[in-house]
Amino acid sequence: MSTALQTYVSRLGDNALILAQRMIEQVAAYPELEEELANANFALDYLGQARLFYSYAAELEGEGRTEDDFAFLRGEREFQNFLLLEQPVRHFGDAIVKSVLFEQYYLSLLERLSACGEPRVAEIAARAAKEVTYHLRHNGQWLVRLGDGTEESHSRVQDSVNSFWPFTGELFECDDVDRTFVDAHGGPNPASLRDDWTTDIAALLADATLAMPADTWMATGGKAGKHSESFGYLLAEMQYLQRSHPGAAW
Amino acid sequence: MSNKEWPLYEVFIRSKAGLSHRHAGSIHAADDQMALDHARDTYTRRQEGVSLWVVPSAAIIASDPAETAALFEPAKDKIYRHPTFYEIPDGVENL
Repeated sequence: MSTALQTYVSRLGDNALILAQRMIEQVAAYPELEEELANANFALDYLGQARLFYSYAAELEGEGRTEDDFAFLRGEREFQNFLLLEQPVRHFGDAIVKSVLFEQYYLSLLERLSACGEPRVAEIAARAAKEVTYHLRHNGQWLVRLGDGTEESHSRVQDSVNSFWPFTGELFECDDVDRTFVDAHGGPNPASLRDDWTTDIAALLADATLAMPADTWMATGGKAGKHSESFGYLLAEMQYLQRSHPGAAW
Repeated sequence: MSNKEWPLYEVFIRSKAGLSHRHAGSIHAADDQMALDHARDTYTRRQEGVSLWVVPSAAIIASDPAETAALFEPAKDKIYRHPTFYEIPDGVENL
């Protein structure tokens, strides 16, 4: 039985890894060389964060597992990432919208975690916050360019916003694992991040001349390991090598 | 989608405080802010710098290669303009 701290830390790893994997799927598919590099760099930033969180989770567990075991040898139900992050990306606009919605939340989480009482989590969060600050700046500018761009780009990113919106409610859910972490280490209650997020996203959408979707049904389940249909395919591709050739290394 | 290419920008990087910016290469971008981001993402991934300049390539006024002889060759035989007749004291760096 894993402790709440282990679960809290490995969830942070899950979020970073699954977002990275979806970004890596887009490598070599970007419309401009410079953006191609940015996407791959950002994905590597997330992969790096996942490694740090997983290594720490493995250490806390103390059973000799490594970061690789967490990434490549766990099943679907053992991943507890947000559903938003596992959603497939259909085009560049989707990638931008998904990143902005998540990063606006993630950055304020990281900033608060970097001041929390759990030293390793605080250390990793402080480092990650620098990376994500840049991602958000970059992606936020793209959201405005696309939203306030051509008729075509506007309608596509509006569609992206509308499609990902029902997955944003989960970001602010607070379960026992969160509550235990907050009580023990003084991190933020996810629900407390909601107002700032809503204000910031509303401002960004307004800048981009995009409409903020009305309150709607919100999907839930990622934190409990209940995923959407495409997640199995994502894992199958990501884990293929270690599943077919256990222990393969270079 | 239009096939028009984004304008070209030249990228200059200061590798560390105290040194001057040096030309690193060029990137395409639709606006100034994007140019800065692209320069950062393309040229500073391996800790190449601490400061970036981007300049629209069109804003650079370059000398004409055809005029090389007139512009630069006259300096060739003015050896007295080089400070090579001084002894450089020990301990002077970056001269």
